[in-house]
Amino acid sequence: MSATARLIVRRGRPGEPPSTSLYEIPYTPGASVLDGLRYVRAQLDPSLSVRHSCINANTCKECMILVDGKVEYACTARLEPREMKLEPLPNKAHLKDLVTEIAPPDERLDHALAARAGVGA
Amino acid sequence: MGDRADKAARLETDVLVIGAGAAGMTAALAAAEAGARVILADRSLVGRSGATIMAQMTVAVALGEEVPDHWEHHFADTIQAGRGLCDAHLAQLVCEHGAREIRRLDGWKVGWARKPDGTIRQAHAPGHDRPRCVYVDFLSTGPAVAKTLRGRVIRQDGVTRIGDLCIVDLTVVDGAVTGAVAVSVADGRPVQLQAGAVVLATGGLTRLYRRNSASANMGGDGYALALRAGAELMDMEFVQFFPIGHLAPRLVGMDPIMWDPFRYKLGGRLLNAEGRDFMNDYGNQEAGQYNVTRDRATHAILSEVKAGRGSPAGGAYLSFQHLDEATLREAFGPVIDRLAKNGIDLGQMPVEVAPIAHYHMGGVRVDNRLETRVRNLFAAGEVVAGANGANRLSGNAITEALVFGREAGREAGRRALGASAATPAPAPAGAFDLVRAARAGGEAELAGAMTRLQAVMADDVGPFRTAAGLERALAAIAELEAEIGDMPPGQPGPYNQARLDWFDLRSMLLVAKTVARSALARQESRGAHQRDDHPLMASNWALHQTLELAGNELVLGRAPVQGAELSQVA
Repeated sequence: MSATARLIVRRGRPGEPPSTSLYEIPYTPGASVLDGLRYVRAQLDPSLSVRHSCINANTCKECMILVDGKVEYACTARLEPREMKLEPLPNKAHLKDLVTEIAPPDERLDHALAARAGVGA
Repeated sequence: MGDRADKAARLETDVLVIGAGAAGMTAALAAAEAGARVILADRSLVGRSGATIMAQMTVAVALGEEVPDHWEHHFADTIQAGRGLCDAHLAQLVCEHGAREIRRLDGWKVGWARKPDGTIRQAHAPGHDRPRCVYVDFLSTGPAVAKTLRGRVIRQDGVTRIGDLCIVDLTVVDGAVTGAVAVSVADGRPVQLQAGAVVLATGGLTRLYRRNSASANMGGDGYALALRAGAELMDMEFVQFFPIGHLAPRLVGMDPIMWDPFRYKLGGRLLNAEGRDFMNDYGNQEAGQYNVTRDRATHAILSEVKAGRGSPAGGAYLSFQHLDEATLREAFGPVIDRLAKNGIDLGQMPVEVAPIAHYHMGGVRVDNRLETRVRNLFAAGEVVAGANGANRLSGNAITEALVFGREAGREAGRRALGASAATPAPAPAGAFDLVRAARAGGEAELAGAMTRLQAVMADDVGPFRTAAGLERALAAIAELEAEIGDMPPGQPGPYNQARLDWFDLRSMLLVAKTVARSALARQESRGAHQRDDHPLMASNWALHQTLELAGNELVLGRAPVQGAELSQVA
C-alpha cells in the first residue's frame, strides 16, 4: 500500500466550538503541505478554506499556518507520511478554517469605507 | 448570516482599477497623477498576487546600454515573434515607450543589475536580435518591480487600496461602464463600486491549465468580466506555453519557470532520453546560443515526448553538468542553496523540464487608447489582446504591463474627471442577485470540477490541438457548466472559499469555451496555436478572431490585423 499523510485540520469560524477534520491523502516524496491541502480542496472537501495565491513560488506569503504548532509557509513545509496537525496562525484574527486576516489594516474594506465616507446601500 | 453580510457596502470613485500587479499599480499611479481619485482593488493582497511578482526573469526594452539599440529593432523582433498577428500600434506603444517606463523604475531604485561601470546589464534572450533584457538578481525581477510599484502606490495621494475584494461583475448603463459589483472575501459582504471609468488589469488565464506558472488568481476573470459587460475578446486561441518549466524532481519554494535565464546565460543543454540535443531536428538553428522562440521550443520538446524519447516524468532533460561548481555558484548565487534543499545538485544531475502554461497573447480587444468598445472601460497588461500576436517575445510582458498601465490609467483618469458632473448611476436591477444568493449546501458538489477543467484544457486545448480533441473539450466544458449550475453554493460569509471557487469556475468555464471555440475555428497552425490536423500556417488566416456574448451565446467573428507587413519593419 502506498504511503499516506493524515492531515488533522482545524475547522470552523470564530465563536464556533473548535472542531477538526481528518483527511487521508496520498503521500508523494517532495510534496509540500500546501500540495496536500490543495489536493484536499480539489478532490475531497472544497468547503475547506486555505488561503494562497501563488502555488509554489513562496512569493505571495499568504499561506502561513501552524504546522504541528510551528509557524510555517504551507508551500515550503514538506508533507510527511504521518499525522500532521494544521492550525490557523494564533496571533491574527481568525476568519475560517486555516484562514486568518493578514491584509494590512489600511488595505481592508472597512478602512476604505471610513476613508471614503461610504454608506450602506 | 447577519445584517452585515446582507447589506451592500458602497464606494464611489473616479477610477476603479481591478488587479494590483504591475499593470494595475501603474494604472492607479497614472490615473492619480492625472488628478483622479482611484480605488485599486485586488482579489488577494495588493502587489503580492498575480503574475508580476512571480516573474523571475527579464524585461525587454531598447535601452541601448549593453549594445546600441533602437525601439524599432525591438519592434521588428516583436512583430517577427507574433507570426503576422501583432497589432502594430499596440506593439509600437510597448516598444517605443518601454524605455521610459524602465528608466522611471530605475529612478525609483528598482535595482536593475548593473556592471561595475554603472551601465545597466542587458541579457540576450531568445527571439531578440541583440542583448536587450534587463533584470534584477537573482531571479528577483518580478518581486523587485512589484515591491517598487507598491511603495509608490502607498505614497501616492488619491489611491485607496483594497485587498481581498473579488469583483464579480461590471455594471453597465447605456453602453458605458459605471462600476462593479464585488464580494468582500474576508466577511462575505456584497460591495457596490461606482466609478467614472474602470481599468481591467486582471492578467491572463493560465489557471485553466493543469501545469501553470502563475498564481491561483489567473483564472481569466477579466476576460469574463469584459465579455459579460459587452466588450469583445480577440485572439483567445493563443496560449503561450513556456517550454522549459520545471517538471522533476519536485521543487518547492521556487517558481517552475526559473530555468530560462540560466539556460541562456550558461548554455544549459536540452537533451532527450537518449542524451542527444534535439532542438535542431525541428527546423531550428540553435548553434550554441539559446535563441529558439517559445512556440518552436515547446513544439520540439513535446514532439520528442510523443516519439517516446521524453524523460521519465514526460519532458526533456536540462543539463548544466558541463559547468564547474564555481561557475554554477557565481551564476546561480543563493539559488544554488535553495536547489540543494530540494536535493538538486546541478553539477551532478540534470533536471527534467516540460512546457507549462505561462501567458496568454489573446484577451480584451481595445482601441489605440486601450479602451474597449464599452465606453469608459479600459484594459492594461496581459488582459489586453494584440501587442503580441500569436506568440509573445520573451521579456515583453512586464514592459507591456508598465506601458499599458500608464496609458490606460491616464486615459481613464482624464475620462472620469471629464465626466465628473454626472451623478453616480444606481446598480442595475439584479446586479446583487449572485453575491447575495444563499442556498443550503452545494459545496461538496464542486469537488473535482477545477481539476477536470484543467485536465481537459491541458489534454485537448493545450500546445497540440485537433478538431476531435477540441470538440471533446467543448462537450466537457458544457457538462461542467451544467454541473456547477447558476447559483453559488452555501451562504455569503467569512472566507467562504467554496463559494469563491464557484465564482472562479463561472468565469473560467466561459473563458475556456472562448479558447476552445477559437482554436476549433482556426484551421491552421500559427505561433502558439498548433493543430495536428492543420499543421501548416495559412496566409488566408492572417486575421484575428473575435468573440462577443449575445445573450448567453458566444459569437465568433473576424477582424483584420492592424499592422505593418514584416517587410516594412524588418
